[in-house]
Amino acid sequence: MLTKKQLFTRGMLDISPHMLSVIPFGIICGAIGVELGFHPYLVYAMSFIIFGGASQIVFLQLLSGGASSLVAVASVGIINSRHLLYGAVLSEYLEKLSFIKKLLISYVVVDQGFAESNKFFKKNRSEEFLHYHLIGTGCTMWVCWQIATLSGIVLGSFVPEELGLKFAIPLTFIAIVVQDLKKLDHVIVMITCGLSSLLFFDAPFKSYIIISPIIALFVAALLLRLKK
Amino acid sequence: MTLTAIIFAGILTYFTRMTMIALISRDMLGDKIKAVLEYVPSAVFPAIIFPGIFINDFGTFIEMNDPKIFGALVAVIVGYFSKNIIATISAGLVSYWFLIFVVFN
Repeated sequence: MLTKKQLFTRGMLDISPHMLSVIPFGIICGAIGVELGFHPYLVYAMSFIIFGGASQIVFLQLLSGGASSLVAVASVGIINSRHLLYGAVLSEYLEKLSFIKKLLISYVVVDQGFAESNKFFKKNRSEEFLHYHLIGTGCTMWVCWQIATLSGIVLGSFVPEELGLKFAIPLTFIAIVVQDLKKLDHVIVMITCGLSSLLFFDAPFKSYIIISPIIALFVAALLLRLKK
Repeated sequence: MTLTAIIFAGILTYFTRMTMIALISRDMLGDKIKAVLEYVPSAVFPAIIFPGIFINDFGTFIEMNDPKIFGALVAVIVGYFSKNIIATISAGLVSYWFLIFVVFN
């Protein structure tokens, strides 16, 4: 049985390789916000209040492009609605926690943290303080995101644009799903999601990000039925 | 004004994170739904990966000989065999840089 501290540290270690892509992306996000003409405090406030990578850029781009606040807020909600799926998966492991702890831990659930903690949870179901792993991944992500966006805001885009570091984001997610390419059913689900996301890319409010997972999960349900 | 919008966006985002964890009990979900939820990572992350590779900053499709496609393929191969996140990201980036700075330059 691992202690709380060991689980927290393990969470930190499991997510830290992703910082290779998260930190440059955070710097770019901070710099873009200021370049678009927003007050530095507002750009930083987003990292604290929204704490959601790409949705922060989309929000500022929409506002600076003349969209109404309502459209910008709705887009952030839709882009981040994928967290509902993460929560549904994680709820199994967090069931025993008190309501207050569930409310607190929810704030730090992010894509990479969910992915790494979910992998760890599946292999270590019997651990008593499993949620400390999620706190470890979430807090690491939070601290790095705050520092990265803040440096982008203060120092500007000191990461040269020619390097195309935004490309590190798809790469980080490739690293997360690549081992599931061994399973044919997962490959079918991934291709369904990927092709749908390209097909629906122009759907309003960036809704491709939730439409394509829903389509892919329907395909997953069909595959499960066929397997029986 | 903008701050109010940010706060609303933040509350909305927080609700997407909190709802399923705090308000829904796992017993409300049947076994079939739990089985489907096993596929969540495979069903969600390609929606971040594919547009990140195949669609450029202007929202249009890239050419089929775009260096990003090659970089992504290298990342998939290196990731599959190394099972290492840093190796996967670096291999993708380095091969992408090799093409844009050395080959196509």
